[in-house]
Amino acid sequence: MKPKLLLLLLLIPVFGSAQVIHEERSLYRNILVRDQGGVRCLLFSERRSSSRQTCMDLQNPDRLVFSYVRMMFAGLLLKPEPSRILVIGLGGGTMPRVFEALFPDAEQDLVEIDPAVVKVATRYFDFTPSANMRVHERDARVFVKRALLAGETWDLILLDAFTAEYIPEHLMTVEFFEELRGVLADDGVVVANTFATSRLYHHESATYRAGFPTVATLRLQDSHNRIFIGMERSWPDAETLKQRAAALAPRLAPYGVAIERYPGALRTEWDYDRDARILTDRYAPANLLQGRSVIGPLQNE
Amino acid sequence: MRRAVIFVLAFTGGFTIMSVELLGGRILAPWFGSSVHVWGSIITVFMLALSFGYLLGGRLSLMEPNLTRFGMLFFAGAILVGPLLLFGDGMMTWVFARIEDPRYGSLVASVFLFGLPTVLLGMISPYSVRLLIRDTHHSGQVAGLLYFVSTLGSAIGTLGTSFYFVLWFAVDTILIALIVLLLLCGTLALVADRRLEPAP
Repeated sequence: MKPKLLLLLLLIPVFGSAQVIHEERSLYRNILVRDQGGVRCLLFSERRSSSRQTCMDLQNPDRLVFSYVRMMFAGLLLKPEPSRILVIGLGGGTMPRVFEALFPDAEQDLVEIDPAVVKVATRYFDFTPSANMRVHERDARVFVKRALLAGETWDLILLDAFTAEYIPEHLMTVEFFEELRGVLADDGVVVANTFATSRLYHHESATYRAGFPTVATLRLQDSHNRIFIGMERSWPDAETLKQRAAALAPRLAPYGVAIERYPGALRTEWDYDRDARILTDRYAPANLLQGRSVIGPLQNE
Repeated sequence: MRRAVIFVLAFTGGFTIMSVELLGGRILAPWFGSSVHVWGSIITVFMLALSFGYLLGGRLSLMEPNLTRFGMLFFAGAILVGPLLLFGDGMMTWVFARIEDPRYGSLVASVFLFGLPTVLLGMISPYSVRLLIRDTHHSGQVAGLLYFVSTLGSAIGTLGTSFYFVLWFAVDTILIALIVLLLLCGTLALVADRRLEPAP
């Protein structure tokens, strides 16, 4: 009994008590900033089980706390030196900060629908847009359509707009992916973070397959997330990926990104129900599908 | 029997209005997003169109009200939902290219897409009241019952569309089904006018 109690007492300073340092109801969601055990997290929704949207290690802000954020850097294997980057979904501004450090000359466009998220990222997550960053407070679909009309292109596009609570359905359709291809440089790459575990898994997979000439997925043991990679060019051979990973590894090491693990984990062949209907602007019940039970196998072949 | 037909038609009118309104959000999202201002545009346009529809429907009921004319409202409504299906994308592309602000873009697009059909569908309720009323003494009761039925139709149209139809069918399929439903209603009204004795 006593050693257990002692252990418990020892654990208290490690985990600490959660402290809410900011709470607000924005137009789109409830925003909560919480400190716990030296980690500051941005949470959406006020429920106890609310998903942690983005987290920052207060002692070591460079460390990427979430596995999925690290996984998104797999895009660099397909486009090692991006010069124009588009980030959809700002969160705490973690990814733009790392890109800024990695590629100081790259121009970044950051699209976030919720002005309150931009404010919170600036105030609590140490996010300061650099001279090379432009923050756009607007709907990503509207932004991309305008960019398409203006003839703008990016060579790395990161799509991180989906949460467990809500999927913007107009950002998960084959038409949106076609528009993304329209603003993608010839040798560019789209990297999307998703997490579907339900019937949506199959629909989402079918939609990415239909949306891009070349697609791959990245899944790791330590994360429920799935990273999609979509591009115009054909998939590079294993040797090229390995060489690029080796070249990137030392630069990504400070952020905890084990990029050398990714070439072996990237899959261009994946399993899903081939009869699953593709999501389109005319048929996009992503949230209803996500709420449904698992039907097919989820393991990679 | 004649009364039952009118109630069925009023129910379907309410059902169709809300089903189209719900689909409006889905139709506008690829051009204007799905933020609260897009819903603001849609609801504003539907409310405005319905208010003018009530006004016009009341006016029309002054001139020899009968089931055949009532049925024509449904045929006209069906025809006016058509452009939404045929020219919706082109129209929204046109508006998108000219109006930068998605608030006003979605408002203008809503006026073009949903304005006219909703005015027509809004004419159904007051016209139904006129067809049902026999004496002024019961007019309030009749109007209350009619609003009950048509608003119940709206509630079911909302629930069915948002919970089930969008999960099972593409937006265009639902719109075609609604057009067919309105055409059937129009036909029912015409048939009823020929077969059923008018109320004494």
